[in-house]
Amino acid sequence: MPDLVFYLLAAIALVASIAVIMVRDIFRAALCLIVLFMSVAGFFLLLHADFLAIVQILIYVGAISILIIVAVMLTRDARQGYPLDNYKYVAGAVGILLLAAIAYGILNTSFVNFGGAPPEQTIQPIGQALFGSGYVLPVEIAAVLLLSAILGAIAVLRDK
Amino acid sequence: MFSVGLDHYLILSAVLFCIGLVGVITQRNVIKLIMCLEIMLNAVNITLIAFSMYITPAALTGQLFAIFVMVVAAAEVAVGIAIVFSIYRSRESVDMENFNLLKW
Repeated sequence: MPDLVFYLLAAIALVASIAVIMVRDIFRAALCLIVLFMSVAGFFLLLHADFLAIVQILIYVGAISILIIVAVMLTRDARQGYPLDNYKYVAGAVGILLLAAIAYGILNTSFVNFGGAPPEQTIQPIGQALFGSGYVLPVEIAAVLLLSAILGAIAVLRDK
Repeated sequence: MFSVGLDHYLILSAVLFCIGLVGVITQRNVIKLIMCLEIMLNAVNITLIAFSMYITPAALTGQLFAIFVMVVAAAEVAVGIAIVFSIYRSRESVDMENFNLLKW
């Protein structure tokens, strides 16, 4: 049963991501992006990452896609989008070559499972790891990064 | 039919990453380019969480990394869209071809 869900979600994710780059109307591309974010949240649930799945929906579906849709609506003269560049064959070749290289690497590596059972729910272990053990400094740096991103966005957009 | 394992997730996220890369190279609309960047970041997150689940299930290291990737992605989108608006205000365009302010 999880296999069936995986293949279904994979089909949805691939179709949605191809639609993001192929659909001409940029607003519909943004909606396809939301479908992709939801299917990625489904993958997180399949991988027993319940907290990450909720955070994915809150941050990506709730915040980032709304920001992108607002950007689409405020630049409305460009709604129809632009045709693909004439680089598209080069880009396709680069993408397929990179995919072949990564797939070759993945299929020729034997990954070792270090064992241990995944926790029943991940919220408490993640909280303890983030604020209890070695991740306190990265959390503080992330806070400074978010603050400077907010200030930077305001400074860039402020009327002179 | 063999059961889904680590390889399936890695191949899937590699495919998503390459689709995002092709989009970043080909798109001329900046907002669509930001969307393709988000596809690439999501592919990386799938990789991190799949490794976390199949390599070290008890340690959750990959999930912690994915949280930081999400934080950086949120900051990147906020600043990126602010820059797009700022250029759109002066140039009346979101076409990459017109973004040549730094060219000399």
